Amino acid sequence: MTLNLEPNLSDPDGFYEALLKAHEGLSDKESVELNARLVLVLANQIGDPDTLAAAIEAAK
Amino acid sequence: MTLQGRYPVALRLYPYRRSDDQDAATPARHPVVVAGGGPTGLAAALDLGRKGHRVVVLDDHEGVGLGSRAICFSKRTLEIAHRLGPGPGMLDGGVIWQKGRVFRDRDEIYSFDLLPEEGHRYPAFINLSQVQFEKFLFEAIEHARADGAEIEIRGGNRVDALDASPDGIRIEVMTPEGAYSLEADWLIACDGARSPVRNMLGLGFKGRVFEDNFLIADVRMTADFPTERWFWFEPWFRSGDSALLHKQPDDIWRIDFQIGWDIDRDQELKEENILARVDAMLGTGVEYELVWSSIYTFQCRRMERFRHGRVLFAGDSAHQVSPYGARGANSGVQDAENLAWKLDFVIGGLAPETLLDGYDAERIHAADENILNSTRSTDFLTPKSEISRTFRDAVLTLAARHAFARPLVNSGRLSVPCAYDGLPGFGPDMLRQPARSRPGAPAPDAPVGDGYLLDLLGGEFTLLGLGLDVPESTQVDGISVAGLALSDASISDLLRERYLGETASAAYLFRPDQHVVARWRELDLEAVRTSVRNAVGKGGE
Ligand SMILES: Cc1cc2nc3c(=O)[nH]c(=O)nc-3n(C[C@H](O)[C@H](O)[C@H](O)COP(=O)(O)OP(=O)(O)OC[C@H]3O[C@@H](n4cnc5c(N)ncnc54)[C@H](O)[C@@H]3O)c2cc1C
Repeated sequence: MTLNLEPNLSDPDGFYEALLKAHEGLSDKESVELNARLVLVLANQIGDPDTLAAAIEAAK
Repeated sequence: MTLQGRYPVALRLYPYRRSDDQDAATPARHPVVVAGGGPTGLAAALDLGRKGHRVVVLDDHEGVGLGSRAICFSKRTLEIAHRLGPGPGMLDGGVIWQKGRVFRDRDEIYSFDLLPEEGHRYPAFINLSQVQFEKFLFEAIEHARADGAEIEIRGGNRVDALDASPDGIRIEVMTPEGAYSLEADWLIACDGARSPVRNMLGLGFKGRVFEDNFLIADVRMTADFPTERWFWFEPWFRSGDSALLHKQPDDIWRIDFQIGWDIDRDQELKEENILARVDAMLGTGVEYELVWSSIYTFQCRRMERFRHGRVLFAGDSAHQVSPYGARGANSGVQDAENLAWKLDFVIGGLAPETLLDGYDAERIHAADENILNSTRSTDFLTPKSEISRTFRDAVLTLAARHAFARPLVNSGRLSVPCAYDGLPGFGPDMLRQPARSRPGAPAPDAPVGDGYLLDLLGGEFTLLGLGLDVPESTQVDGISVAGLALSDASISDLLRERYLGETASAAYLFRPDQHVVARWRELDLEAVRTSVRNAVGKGGE
């Protein structure tokens, strides 16, 4: 599996809104923690180590 | 003075004139009164007047207000204006555009094309000042009057009080020569975001205020920037947190700076301070003249219901959005068109009053869609917390490097008409595709012969046969449905793509507002009759 850096979200605005909603009312620390958990959940969905390595590079 | 202007008038289109109603012994009664002569009120009056109704428009001013508000008018608005007359003139007078570019600092990070296809009479957008837009509608009303339409615009007539009952509305009106009363069977409240009519009925207007100020500067200059919408996040010229540059007719450019929440308004509005921001953006040596400036804050909110018995709210009085998306005036004109044919049918006895509840449901659906889009855009522009700013900045950073993040960049999702998906009065859908012409959707335009499809859907129910024969006219409980048959040979490729897709032939039923009601593979007139009855609110009978 290669890392997909082309648009792939079927509803980008809806996703973005849901993401911000999940953070509503959280302290800065709680937000950082939520993001960390979210990254781990998404990483598991991807699974493939090469893809994950490429994603880490892309985000840097 | 009994009547004082709340704002200066740019064009004195309808000076106060004494009406006979002011000397009547008992209040005169009118079938339709429209409160407010902005884009929504003028469009509603024009549409109903052309359908043969007597309409009185009351506006507390004598013409279009001075100042710069809407500039972007959408394809759907132009299509409606085409049916009503002034579409071609607006197109000629406006600046056509469809592309936008988004920058961060100096770098372009995203671009969009709002109509990347051929075969439409009207472009995605034109830019035209709201003053000119209203003038076009006013002139169309004058033309309609010359052709016998009974539309009367009473300038200098302020609605001061109301008594709404199940059989009519009594309206107290103030003029420069004092007060008078009149009565209406129906009142359309198009009196703007502060709607006095809404307040008189004690109705709420709930929603959100965005904590940011926007400085609008319209400047006149000759420049050869393309006619695209240019938007900067964190612009290199530092004149605001974001900035927008957009061309209007006559060498006028709209510049819009996001200047933050805690500001000193008076200070910011000083000419020297505005010029400093503009100079930084345009660079030294560019000659320009400041023609208008003002500061706005934005809100997203709507009334809970748009219909209150015989009082119908339309436009900004019913719903308000932030302008990033150009959804204000455009949705007001769409309200007017949705309401006009329904009120026409109800007044003419062709449909039960409950058809007006369909106006309420459909336009609330549209308002929610507009509010959702404009809220999301404004949240992106004005992050309301540290974490939303972090995500926003992450999107901007990634968008410069990777395509995937570009659709997340939100500098405004521009107005498109609403499809009334899942609402009563539509169907059946016996074709299942193409998706864009499904029941509930506004009919997509397409070339037909030397003209366009929408020219042929002229404000009445229409049954279109594509490769199928249909009767020239079908009567359904007094409603006449116009027939339009296009033979296989006369179906253009684009019409085929937009209406037939994988099917060889089809029958489509359209409402007077050019929304698709239903579609079939074969013609079954009994099914058509049932769909017409459903569309006018007689489904349950
Ligand atoms: C900076 C800015 C930019 C914008 N850009 C866009 C854009 O690009 N595209 C877009 O579609 N929209 C835009 N909008 C929104 C647009 O201006 C409004 O949505 C539009 O004016 C609404 O029209 P309306 O007829 O419903 O109300 P209004 O235009 O507010 O008209 C209301 C009318 O009612 C009259 N009235 C008020 N009280 C009374 C009374 N008691 N009796 C009689 N008459 C009364 C008023 O004088 C006025 O003439 C913008 C708005 C702003 C502020």
